[in-house]
Amino acid sequence: MAGIVARVSGPVVIAEGLEEARMYDVVRVGSLGLVGEIIRLVAGTATVQVYEDTTGLRPGDPVENTGAALSVELGPGLLTSIYDGVQRPLDVIQKGVGDFITRGTVAPPLDEKRKWPFVATAKVGDEVGPGTILGTVQETDLILHKVLVPPGVAGTLKTLASGTYTIRDPIGSVQSGTTSAPLFLAHKWVVRIPRPVGQKLPPDIPLVTGQRVIDSFYPIAKGGTACIPGPFGSGKTVSQQQLAKWSDADVVVYVGCGERGNEMTEVLATFPNLVDPKSKKPLMQRTVLIANTSNMPVAAREASVYTGITIAEYYRDMGYDVALMADSTSRWAEAMREISGRLEEMPGEEGYPAYLGRRVAEFYERAGRVVTLSPDGRRGSVTVVGAVSPPGGDTSEPVSQNTLRVARVFWALDASLASRRHFPSINWLQSYSLYVQDLAPWYRERLSGEFVALRQRALGILQKEAELQEIVQLVGVDALPEREKATLDVARMLREDYLQQSAYDPVDTFTSIQKQLRMLRAIVAFGDREQEAVEKGATVQQLQRLPVRTKLSRMKWIPEAELASQFDALELEVDSAVASVTAGGAG
Amino acid sequence: MAAKGARTPKASPAVADVPIDYRTIDRVTGPLLFVREIDNAAYGEIVEITLPSGERRQGQVLDSRKGLAIVQVFGPTMGFNLERTSVKFLGEVATLAVSNELLGRVFTGLGEPRDGGPKIVSSTRLEIVGNAMNPYSREEPSEFIQTGISTIDVNNTLVRGQKLPLFSGAGLPHNQVAAQIVRQAKLRNSSEGFAVVFAAMGITSEEANFFLKEFEATGALERTVAFLNLSSDPSMERVVTPRMALTAAEYLAYEEDLHVLVVLTDMTSYCEALREVSAAREEVPGRRGYPGYLYTDLATIYERAGKIHGRKGSITQLPILTMPADDVTHPIPDLTGYITEGQMYLSRDLQRKGIYPPIDILPSLSRLMGQGIGKDRTRDDHRGVSDQLFSAYATGKDQRALSAIVGEEALSAVDRLYLKVADRFEREFVAQRADEDRTIDESLRIAWEILSDFPDAELKRIRPEFLQQYRAHPPVPGV
Repeated sequence: MAGIVARVSGPVVIAEGLEEARMYDVVRVGSLGLVGEIIRLVAGTATVQVYEDTTGLRPGDPVENTGAALSVELGPGLLTSIYDGVQRPLDVIQKGVGDFITRGTVAPPLDEKRKWPFVATAKVGDEVGPGTILGTVQETDLILHKVLVPPGVAGTLKTLASGTYTIRDPIGSVQSGTTSAPLFLAHKWVVRIPRPVGQKLPPDIPLVTGQRVIDSFYPIAKGGTACIPGPFGSGKTVSQQQLAKWSDADVVVYVGCGERGNEMTEVLATFPNLVDPKSKKPLMQRTVLIANTSNMPVAAREASVYTGITIAEYYRDMGYDVALMADSTSRWAEAMREISGRLEEMPGEEGYPAYLGRRVAEFYERAGRVVTLSPDGRRGSVTVVGAVSPPGGDTSEPVSQNTLRVARVFWALDASLASRRHFPSINWLQSYSLYVQDLAPWYRERLSGEFVALRQRALGILQKEAELQEIVQLVGVDALPEREKATLDVARMLREDYLQQSAYDPVDTFTSIQKQLRMLRAIVAFGDREQEAVEKGATVQQLQRLPVRTKLSRMKWIPEAELASQFDALELEVDSAVASVTAGGAG
Repeated sequence: MAAKGARTPKASPAVADVPIDYRTIDRVTGPLLFVREIDNAAYGEIVEITLPSGERRQGQVLDSRKGLAIVQVFGPTMGFNLERTSVKFLGEVATLAVSNELLGRVFTGLGEPRDGGPKIVSSTRLEIVGNAMNPYSREEPSEFIQTGISTIDVNNTLVRGQKLPLFSGAGLPHNQVAAQIVRQAKLRNSSEGFAVVFAAMGITSEEANFFLKEFEATGALERTVAFLNLSSDPSMERVVTPRMALTAAEYLAYEEDLHVLVVLTDMTSYCEALREVSAAREEVPGRRGYPGYLYTDLATIYERAGKIHGRKGSITQLPILTMPADDVTHPIPDLTGYITEGQMYLSRDLQRKGIYPPIDILPSLSRLMGQGIGKDRTRDDHRGVSDQLFSAYATGKDQRALSAIVGEEALSAVDRLYLKVADRFEREFVAQRADEDRTIDESLRIAWEILSDFPDAELKRIRPEFLQQYRAHPPVPGV
């Protein structure tokens, strides 16, 4: 059914004559067939947000309704892909139209010609329902793709056979009553509707990230939500990329939403060369990239986070732990604001639409660790980490505030830490994680009973340091008693030798949770010995000069393979070195 | 000359072969014209306006409805009237004629010759609003550009294909610093072709002349294309100027295989022009009256920096912006910082101390530095030295603030050393002459000279093997 353009203003087009249009139907606009989505219906007219540049469109141009809502195609071939915000594969587009994305370009999201070897595991005659595993496809070396019965389909499996198929070949069929429905390796899902789940589970397993300040102090659970707000240059993107590289998720979906093109290039250039610490395979094999850079059309930016999370949910439904990084959700919110402004809607705070809070909450609610909708009760999770880019770094603005209301971990990035190159610049006093209690049993059982206590001790020392710093600001450090100087000394070790972690150093970039325990224990132990020595009359300066201090500051470079031997030796050396100071008398 | 497909050449007029002259202007408000009873106009279409005096202006369609178009006029609307001003829709979007004749020329902000020379005649006309570069086609910028300025080369390294703005304020020497970068920028061991594209938006004629003279003195003028919109020129033209300049830059980079350095100054004037248009359209304003789409709009300028796989040339951007009241949270520097790959801050404090170039490294950043430095690029110890300088200078400045309250005597010996090192750093490392072109090795040598004052225990950012290799002298005794 065709209508015509009545008005063009930037990415918003008003169309007439689309009588049977429904909200969120996808339309093709103009002779180039630009992709758009209906976002408002007023008697006789439909308002369309267009995902491509509208220059050259004029009133009278045709508008065609596809009758379907914005969907993504889900099936083997998603991993290692790079998509724009509406799931157009950027590598295919480059081959088709060159280095600049011309308008009206169409490309199938999944390779329609590629043949996948499918191994059927379900049997003909089985009763199947949404989420039943029909069989598997080895999608990459890292991920076994489980082919599922799509949500909404149920019945008796009439045919199914192993073999080599493209995503367009039927692999079998389901009989329900008198109707028979074909089954494929891939199916479509509407991005704005969450995929159904069986039941949500409590978040009690940590997503181990290898980042010391996160795992030890402000951990995130699998299926949890976190937000990273910070001004520009405070390290949001590097933090997100570190999580994408090192977290122990099975699948990573990285959404570059309205960010820099060169950053996506960096991801594209580095991920294929990074190997998964467990399997030694390139990390790219577990990664899906969505790149809608800041100069790409704003409406597609709005859609990109939904495209990303729908793909994440799909892998969750197979029983995988998926981590989604969205960098940055502020750009997503600004896209909403821009569209809202063009619609001349009554603005809420700072020009953002009144439904900003609802949209943000709905998005984060799609995270979670769940029992999937399936007969075998598989478990999977989607963890969402959203970067927020508050203007001027001031988190009192609407996007930060609405995100903080729903996200349960807050990693506060601090510009003053970044400017002295303390990275990751996560402020240890302002950040919080509401998962600490939920995860404590896991740390106790899987790691060590002392870890949670060590964390408390270390945070206590850092808190005390902040208080002492206020006094130092007034009277100078020399006026403090030796015991408090010792506290400052150990706090500095925690900051410099533990919290600081270089993303660019080949060893330091990832620290296993076991190594984190040993490092933290070594520093806290040194702090205890230092306090004892000071009580006996030693000075902090004496202790600072001990050669073992240099060794402590280089703990981060101890290879994971030599953990036990090196740290055992280090702990012994700490004891004997400090003892030698007090044995030598006070002075 | 065959375009290699950077962008599709302009489409032929779609509506009528001979454009109709409309005399149906319904309203003129600020820079906007409302034209009624027209054949449907295309969004973004260029229009030619003829005043009663016979004078001509250009404009562009901002909003197109059935029989109505809202046109933004590039230039003042003085002398317009409703009856006798005519409007012609040209059926095409804004384009720039490109050829290698561009080099050495000076144009207005709209791309008309300003130097008395002829118009560029070329069969290739490129749309000035470029299509977005496919992120998949981008090549990771990784070639170190030596600017000869220590604080940039060591601490905020510039690489080819990067966009690195200068955040400045009124009265600071951003023009001198930018000119010094243009003059000295080079790749090590390379003599590939380069060009400079200079876009001036709302700067004074004095400033523009300063730049042109600088380029002339260094022989760069014949490698330069300048687009000048001075403060006396119509502000509406400024909305187009950077796009003209970047279209020229893309042509030179991707068709003529040149490495192009684009200087955009002053982005603040550009944003103000954008605000003017937005206000005239009565749009819902975002922060401080700037339109809600300022981020997207700036991104379509800044993101045109980069490199493409398989093409020789590159575009490196050096935008300059003056922060109103030195306020970095102002929307212009704020949004710029979120798009560009870092920023270089000019500091009023350093300027007052008489230090040139007054680049404050602490809030400055180069995001692409990691790819451009290290073994085989600059030197293996580069990252560690840079991080250590940041950390030492930050601590030194803290101690400086503290000693102002409690006195230097109340500081510990180590803290006093930090204080001293911060002073040395400013005097010996940051400060250099405007014509001093330091090699990266020279800059690193100075850095080691200063850092070697510290005992090893304070140099935690540097790997032990580099300490052994590069330490310039034993630490200062007594710490």
